[in-house]
Amino acid sequence: MAILEVKNLSKTFGDLKVLKDISFNVEQGQVVAIIGPSGSGKSTLFRCINMLERADSGEITVSGLKMMTTEKNKAVFAPSKILRQIRLKIGLVFQNFNLFPHMSVMQNIIEAPTHVLKQSKKEAKANAEKLLEKMGLEEKAKSYPCELSGGQQQRVSIARALALNPEILFFDEPTSALDPELTGEILKVIKELAKEKMTMVIVTHEMAFAREVANHVIFMDGGYIVEEGDPEELFGNTQNERTKQFLQRYNN
Amino acid sequence: MNFDDIKNVAEILLQYLPNTLKLFAWTLVLSIPVGVIVTWLKKCRFKPISWLTNLYILIMRGTPLMLQIIAVYYAIPMLMAGARKSGADNWFYTLLGKINTRDENYMFIALVVAFVLNYAAYFAEIFRGGIESIPVGQYEASSMLGMTKMQTFFRIILPQVVKRVIPATSNEVIVLVKDTSLANVIAFAEITLKSKQMMNTYSSIVPLFVAGVFYFIMNAIVTVAFVYIEKKFNYYK
Ligand SMILES: Nc1ncnc2c1ncn2[C@@H]1O[C@H](COP(=O)(O)OP(=O)(O)OP(=O)(O)O)[C@@H](O)[C@H]1O
Ligand SMILES: [Mg+2]
Repeated sequence: MAILEVKNLSKTFGDLKVLKDISFNVEQGQVVAIIGPSGSGKSTLFRCINMLERADSGEITVSGLKMMTTEKNKAVFAPSKILRQIRLKIGLVFQNFNLFPHMSVMQNIIEAPTHVLKQSKKEAKANAEKLLEKMGLEEKAKSYPCELSGGQQQRVSIARALALNPEILFFDEPTSALDPELTGEILKVIKELAKEKMTMVIVTHEMAFAREVANHVIFMDGGYIVEEGDPEELFGNTQNERTKQFLQRYNN
Repeated sequence: MNFDDIKNVAEILLQYLPNTLKLFAWTLVLSIPVGVIVTWLKKCRFKPISWLTNLYILIMRGTPLMLQIIAVYYAIPMLMAGARKSGADNWFYTLLGKINTRDENYMFIALVVAFVLNYAAYFAEIFRGGIESIPVGQYEASSMLGMTKMQTFFRIILPQVVKRVIPATSNEVIVLVKDTSLANVIAFAEITLKSKQMMNTYSSIVPLFVAGVFYFIMNAIVTVAFVYIEKKFNYYK
């Protein structure tokens, strides 16, 4: 079963059509990389799926729950109770982390489990410790975000998202705010998660990484999905002119 | 003036210091919560309320506090005079007639009303600036974690706003210490009024200087208190 189904999604900002008829599916355990030039609508697509922005029309379904549908050309959103359920099934890792600066690493991670899922503090802490260990940050539980490197902050934000046990995790350029030498640690974490069959959708400008970790690649340009398919196929042997041009620019 | 005179002046001012401190404390304690309410009214989605709040802030910040004190203080006697002239006779005017404007309590209440109205406007602008300085990413991260609007505001936004408004608030509090001297305009018995009176008695400006030392010490204490509070919030950037 598809965890995420997006059908004919479109979104306009003023006169600017940013998303034009976007359709794709993400299956359980799949790692999807979304690539494309700046301004092609990748972040907007993520923001619509994650309910930070309201799409104009189309359909979004998350593990069987309809988030939005379109009736008579107008977007219809699910009742807030359903939206809440969906909200807890999806996680988003931001480009610039957005950790809570006034909370320690541990508090950042257990905030939502204790206050949203109403877990006991003990349970949430035990789970957070496991996540921190997985991220290689067991030493940093008491630190504050301002005391961490960018790469460490991003790993905390991944742990924070994982603490809610999402069924699908979105990453919007998780390494582009980092120094090049720090991107490796994030990519390593994502690879680990991929091994555990975590379903992930990743916007990235790191073609080598997309090729290595993704089992499906989507190329977006000008608000459309231009091409999608197997990474080897798309990166090695695309027949599409626009994809070729984009990749060529990247290789040089 | 000899040393004994100065000591005498200081002792008399010390007797009136509680009046100054009372005005300071009541203004501070009331204007901060009122300021929060004003911030909230300004952000109200019902536009007329937001506009009225803006107008209020504009007037409070755009006109001298001294005028505002005089206006609040004389508003009631003026209404009384108006009532007498028109010969109206209803419960409201009867009530007004019972107020004695030379009464210490009436003076004090008029002062606190004027000061709170004025300072709440300044605090409201400080708080609004603080709220608006929080990056939108903090709201988005909270929303992604399934937090409600209330949880987001009280657990994520407010603690960060408090830290950010401390420096501006401390400036305001220091100004407030000095502004209490404006109460002398309606002859409220605080230390500036008394030092002015003693200046005449002694034909010397030394009493003003002594009053200045009083204000200086009060602000030294305020400054130390805020340094301490800022330190408390220094555990994160
Ligand atoms: N809130 C907004 N209001 C108006 N226009 C917007 C808004 N958000 C995005 N846009 C516009 O939508 C277009 C797509 O933006 P988006 O951020 O989705 O691109 P992107 O593919 O993520 O680019 P990048 O690779 O640079 O992150 C851009 O032209 C952008 O200026
Ligand atoms: Mg983007």
